[in-house]
Amino acid sequence: MPKAQLFITCLGDQFYTSTLQNMTHLLERLGVELTFPPEQTCCGQPLFNNGFEDKTRPVALNFIQAFSKSDAPIIGPSGSCVSMVKHHYPSLFKDGTPEHAVAVDIASRTFEFTEYLVNVLKITDVGAVYPHKVTYHASCHYLREMGLKTEAKTLLNNVKGLEFIPLNEEETCCGFGGAFTVTYPEVSRSMMENKVKHIIASGADTVITCEPGCLMNVAGGLHKAGSKIRAMHIVDLLSSKEELV
Amino acid sequence: MSQDTHPYIGFEEYSGHVPPSIPLAVQQATSRFVGGRAARVAELPQWEQLRQIGSDIRQHTIENMDVYLTRLEERVEAAGGNVHWAETAEDARRIVLQIAKENNVKNVVKSKSMATEEIELNHALEAAGIESLETDLGEYIIQLAGTGPSHIIVPAVHLNKEEIAELFSEKLNINAPTDPIELARIAREVLREKFLDAGMGISGGNFLIAETGTLVMVTNEGNGRMCTTMPDLHVAVVGIDKVVPDWESLTVFLKLLARSATGQKLSTYTQFITGPRRAEGEFGPKEFHLILLDNGRSKILKDPVGRDVLKCIRCGACANVCPVYKNVGGFAYGSFISGPIGAILSPQMLGTQAARELPYASTLCGACADVCPVKIPIPTILRHLRRRVAEGDAFAIPTISTPIRATANLASLALAQNWIYRLGARLLPIINPFFRKNNWLSDMPYPLSRWTKVRPLPPFGARFRKWWNVRSTKETESPR
Repeated sequence: MPKAQLFITCLGDQFYTSTLQNMTHLLERLGVELTFPPEQTCCGQPLFNNGFEDKTRPVALNFIQAFSKSDAPIIGPSGSCVSMVKHHYPSLFKDGTPEHAVAVDIASRTFEFTEYLVNVLKITDVGAVYPHKVTYHASCHYLREMGLKTEAKTLLNNVKGLEFIPLNEEETCCGFGGAFTVTYPEVSRSMMENKVKHIIASGADTVITCEPGCLMNVAGGLHKAGSKIRAMHIVDLLSSKEELV
Repeated sequence: MSQDTHPYIGFEEYSGHVPPSIPLAVQQATSRFVGGRAARVAELPQWEQLRQIGSDIRQHTIENMDVYLTRLEERVEAAGGNVHWAETAEDARRIVLQIAKENNVKNVVKSKSMATEEIELNHALEAAGIESLETDLGEYIIQLAGTGPSHIIVPAVHLNKEEIAELFSEKLNINAPTDPIELARIAREVLREKFLDAGMGISGGNFLIAETGTLVMVTNEGNGRMCTTMPDLHVAVVGIDKVVPDWESLTVFLKLLARSATGQKLSTYTQFITGPRRAEGEFGPKEFHLILLDNGRSKILKDPVGRDVLKCIRCGACANVCPVYKNVGGFAYGSFISGPIGAILSPQMLGTQAARELPYASTLCGACADVCPVKIPIPTILRHLRRRVAEGDAFAIPTISTPIRATANLASLALAQNWIYRLGARLLPIINPFFRKNNWLSDMPYPLSRWTKVRPLPPFGARFRKWWNVRSTKETESPR
């Protein structure tokens, strides 16, 4: 039986409890034995990406300590947070130090949720049913830092009843960018509005992303635009057992 | 302009008041380039290999710049040209003015050049009573408008044809139509006369071939040729980073440049200039002067991370795909160079006091790095420069504002001591009822107002941990 540790991410923790519950149920249904290290907080990316490398280090150490009690893979529902651990943690510590060695080890066994399903468990059909028109926003770090170009779409493709609608400018940033939203709110607004415009024009009734950050931004933007389109994390769609109509 | 003297670049201030016509015009033009580039790249199965070779050559060149520059100087002089070294923008301006003065030049024609925008040469020429005319159509337009360029290869990209017609009508005292072909004809007529009159032609350069001392110019309008062949004097102002080892490496960059910039296989004109004319009756100017501009580049070279910016071949592809650039336009970057490459060059050239906002003018989406023909890791350099701003490094002291530094210190503490984080997560939902409307939080106080003025926030509700604990307890009590 495969084992895994849940990395819930701070945004998931604060805003998406039901997504995390869905992720737990889904992974358990697929036969994964889960643990949850409660000492985890945030991966530290907001500090790291804003230039506070020295201030990131203690946060990363907290993460590393929380997750090194088990040698099981670490699974998170965010390409961005996972990329922080996978690609940037090792750079935070000097080569040859014990911290660096642990960071490298942790990095090597941290996976994004869809990456884990498709590339590690080799599962592309989770038995979900979702009879809706669905479009997809490719999140930047998920797509470019993690290089996950096909995983989400493969999973969506195997959902019963789902009609996939391509999104114009699918790979263009939605304007989230973490602290960017509050550093340059007006630029973030223009980018978000551009994304929302394309989502509405797609004719889909649901938009999927693999990133809690993009989800907050896009869902809020759709709400503000008065749209009824549902913005969902891919975990929630894959957990859907909605009846075929 | 150099460090310390450049005015503060208020990216946020500007980005809050972008005239709506700018993103429209910019998006129209850049989407054409993005489409063209994608089509050219798709035709070349070896594109990624080519990018890697281009990147390797540029890396090698900037790491051995002294060798190639020495060779270049020697070969330019052997071909009969004059080489001048300009350590600062001020030096470069002074050298140009001196050459003009010695030759009693009254009129100058210029071809498009980022280096002369960098040193703001036109102002200096005007101040010295020398008429300087931009002869690239886009540069001519922005010269009439009295602004700098807002895109590396399309300086007037922010203007639509109606605005250009209005500008022509006002400045040239004519009734200009909005037809772009007609507008180009009007400009051509004005310019033609000036080419014949000019005592000096000033150009930039896309590449400098060290092997033979050859200046390479990649252009589309033909004005570059006129500027460099008709007047008796040709002065080229070129950044020292433009040197390439030899003709063989040049071929790589010619393949990469036009495809990345305009989506052309090759630009309309590719000019190779090796020294002045050698004999009467030969084409070309009597004198050729090459001004090699440092202006902070050798200082940038000392930073092993930041120096990759000097690999840039100025194609503008990064700006064309940048969602930030496309929504704010080039003027937001407050300097001669805009877009992602401007965001990593200006803070190094002008310092992280004046340009401290620019490294943050990105969502780190990475689209720029994907298209860069010489693989400059732009997001990595943005993070590197953010670090310089936030915490300081060997090159600069931190310049970030005190409230942000305090926030970061607090965040670091709360996220590293997990009991503080967990306590906070339990307390945050208390504020929900004050701002809740239809299951969203709106109109929150500063600093969250900066989020909620754009879109509402989901309510705080960290319940997963409790759920997990309850579930685990149940499981332990009654194992399945």
